[in-house]
Amino acid sequence: MMRFLLLFSRQGKLRLQKWFTVLSDRDKRKIIRDLTQMVLSRPPKACNFLPWRDLKIVYRRYASLYFCCGLEQDDNELLTLDILHRYVELLDQYFGNVCELDIIFNFEKAYFILDEFVIGGEVQETSKASVAKSIEEAESLQETMEEYLSKRTY
Amino acid sequence: MTPSVRLQEMIRVIRSARTQGEERGIIQKECAEIRAQFRQTDNGERSHSLAKLLYVHMLGYPAHFGQMECVRLIASPRYSEKRIGYLGAMMLLDEKQDASLLITNSIKNDLSHSSQYVQSLALCTLACMGSSEMCRDLAPEIERLLRASTSYIKKKATLCAVHIIRKVPELAELFTPSARSLLSEKNHGVLHGAVVLITELCERNAETLDKFRKAVPELVTIMKGLVTSSYSPEHNVAGISDPFLQVRILRLLRILGHNNDSASDAMNDLLAQVATNTDSSKTAGSAVLYETVLTIMDINSESGLRVLAVNILGRFLLNNDRNIRYISMTSLQKIVQTDHNAVQRHRGTIVDCLKDQDTSVKRRALELSLALVSPVNIRSMMKELLIFLSSCPVELRSQTASGIFNAAERYSPSKRWHIDTILHVLTTAGGDVRDETVPNLIQLITTASELHCYTVHKLYRALVKDISQQSLVQVACWCIGEYGDLLLKGECEEIEPVQVTEDDVLDALETVLQSHMSAPATRGFALTATMKLSTRITDNVDRIRSIVSIYGSCIDLELQQRAVEYNALFKKYDHMRAAVLERMPLMEKNSPGHTNGDSSGEIKEPEPAKTKPVEPILLSEPANQVCDLLDLLGGTDTPVQPSSAPTSTATTTSSADLLDLLGGLEPTPVPAVTVYEKNGVSLKIQCDSQTDTDITVTLIASNSTQNDISNFTLQAAVPKSVQLQMKAPSGNVIAAHGLGQVTQTVLLNNPNKVSLKMRVRVSYSDQGTMLQDTVQIDSFPSPSWNSQPSIGVL
Repeated sequence: MMRFLLLFSRQGKLRLQKWFTVLSDRDKRKIIRDLTQMVLSRPPKACNFLPWRDLKIVYRRYASLYFCCGLEQDDNELLTLDILHRYVELLDQYFGNVCELDIIFNFEKAYFILDEFVIGGEVQETSKASVAKSIEEAESLQETMEEYLSKRTY
Repeated sequence: MTPSVRLQEMIRVIRSARTQGEERGIIQKECAEIRAQFRQTDNGERSHSLAKLLYVHMLGYPAHFGQMECVRLIASPRYSEKRIGYLGAMMLLDEKQDASLLITNSIKNDLSHSSQYVQSLALCTLACMGSSEMCRDLAPEIERLLRASTSYIKKKATLCAVHIIRKVPELAELFTPSARSLLSEKNHGVLHGAVVLITELCERNAETLDKFRKAVPELVTIMKGLVTSSYSPEHNVAGISDPFLQVRILRLLRILGHNNDSASDAMNDLLAQVATNTDSSKTAGSAVLYETVLTIMDINSESGLRVLAVNILGRFLLNNDRNIRYISMTSLQKIVQTDHNAVQRHRGTIVDCLKDQDTSVKRRALELSLALVSPVNIRSMMKELLIFLSSCPVELRSQTASGIFNAAERYSPSKRWHIDTILHVLTTAGGDVRDETVPNLIQLITTASELHCYTVHKLYRALVKDISQQSLVQVACWCIGEYGDLLLKGECEEIEPVQVTEDDVLDALETVLQSHMSAPATRGFALTATMKLSTRITDNVDRIRSIVSIYGSCIDLELQQRAVEYNALFKKYDHMRAAVLERMPLMEKNSPGHTNGDSSGEIKEPEPAKTKPVEPILLSEPANQVCDLLDLLGGTDTPVQPSSAPTSTATTTSSADLLDLLGGLEPTPVPAVTVYEKNGVSLKIQCDSQTDTDITVTLIASNSTQNDISNFTLQAAVPKSVQLQMKAPSGNVIAAHGLGQVTQTVLLNNPNKVSLKMRVRVSYSDQGTMLQDTVQIDSFPSPSWNSQPSIGVL
């Protein structure tokens, strides 16, 4: 099970954080700080896997963003690289040539896409087309302004 | 309408802030607006505001005032608001917040919503942040959704069930029946979720695991279908059909086949097929192969399959991709103990990986190399390891040094090689070795008496070259002090002779004494060495006297004390000086059961009677007493009585004891209890240490007959739940007339705290006849108060 997924920039700014376990805010911030420091200081050709505390950290750099997640001991690191890659592909398909700015300005979309792909730290759908389709359909449910105001609230 | 426009505007403004202070100001303003917005009645702005708040939260600012807003938005009928509300719940509400309980009802309602996308929001949120109470409340709903809904919902419900089980393990039984039927689904998403669910169920409960073993054929069929299927664009990743599902199935098979022959047999063919047919040119294929290898190694697979697996790992070692090399070394590390020979075949490649650029790879290669050292390859491996030590990254140095020492200790082909190796390590990485290296090395040197001349020459040369490595300097000083006469004699068969004068030697020692690089302990070594030389050299005794008297007023208390006492030795006790400073006796190492961590070189010396009167007798020491200059106790009683009839209350050391503060106190019951006595052979048991679940005892055998007994062995049996580990015995010959002893340490691990009993079989041969006897030990003695303190090296 994935314990968390973090996206941060080359300067260490957090762009997305998804936690699949219960942690206090302080703990979360500490983990973010530690990992950001560790991953950013790795040389460019280094191995993508790091042992850290009792977890395995898998990270990969895509352009200016680092995708970093923490795995339990039983998880397959090589497969996780594929999971990260699949997520990037989904983002790319949705935004069309995704770049870091897309994720900054549309962070809530990035979360929605992630939630269609991963639930509770595990992959929920292995077909890329299926996930893309669900995202599209969910988007179509977002109301237009008239619909929005015409619906009663309570 | 998307909430993004306003949100994007705010993000732009925040990003344009040039300083942290400016940013904080902007955010404060925005938060005030957001708060005001929350207080208003609905005007279609709520979801924008929450989205803005979530962005602010991601930057690290407090956002708890948005929690109630999340609750409100989740209850809204508008999909956009629900969506943001649920997202907010996942980010701001965790089970520690009280507000999280308030959304339970909304989630319940949404789970039965007509739109599957609303249902999916609820499921996702529950799986992400559901607390135990929420899980308990909603479990029946989830179970219903598992059985009767679309695949879209089923797959999410399955993973939600996994989360519930993790939070509330008792609910596992609720999901077991449905889990089995999910395996017949065609949809890969549902299938994947089902496999994850079954894995979770099996990991938690052994009975469930048994039940699901029957599903092995079904899993094998599904897997076969994936491996042999034709290209399906929907699930294809780099030529592999649904690697995500394949890996999860393999992982489940691993759990089901572990320790079970029939299940393992059923998967043998499949695993062989996957191992040979999977194309590993891209990561996806390698991931599947990796999981296959892990599964093969963990079940009861046939040896041909295991060899195949190790060969795959060997192939991975040669892969260009650094990740794959790292992975293969991690796996090899796991199996190096069980399949040692198979891994040995790849030793060359592993040793090459020591030269890799990446630190993680180097670390793995180091651990593996150390595990692969054997008597056969010790020389070549050590060469590689020493080369590695001189160029390895700093964080790996101490691990390398310890590893080299351990390996050298276990497999060194000769004493000289051993000493050379240790010296090499000390010169390259002397600062990173553990503290007990120094006494260990000194002990090693003293026992290699034929090499004293060689050793002291080498050490002298190393000392002259460089005095920064403290461990090396300490050992060198000690040796020069002890064997200075050999050094000055000049000839030595194994090194080219170099003439060393007394002045040279004293110069070297003085340099150490005066250098700011020397640690206080090192200077102590140097001073004592200088003093010892006073009996080994002829011309420069005055020089030594002056050195010693200078340090009599040194600021360092330890040095000052030594110098003052040595001075006294020159002045008042000059007649004793030669006797006091003569060669040290041979030091015995600890019994083989002890790890390297214990400091060796225990020189027996009279105990203060604070400790037990009858000391733990680990080795029969010859009665060498080292005249300790600081021996205030004055008594020369040896507390060690290698008698065959030990008495528990012998108080041999209580007499001449000035520091006997506890003299009046009666010690608690005996440390060594006789459990067997027959035909002059007796066996005592003594408890070394005891915790709640572990107890370490030493069995001591002695012989009071007229003849030596040989081939003495002990075998022990304990109740089923207790684990027994017997260390190597100190020997198998017991000298006659009670002059010798054999000891053997036994570790018992008693996790279930059953009543501890041990049956011991004693066998030995006495004058050619083999004798055997059994003794049952029903009660174990409690440990002694303290064990003997270990004394450092002079």
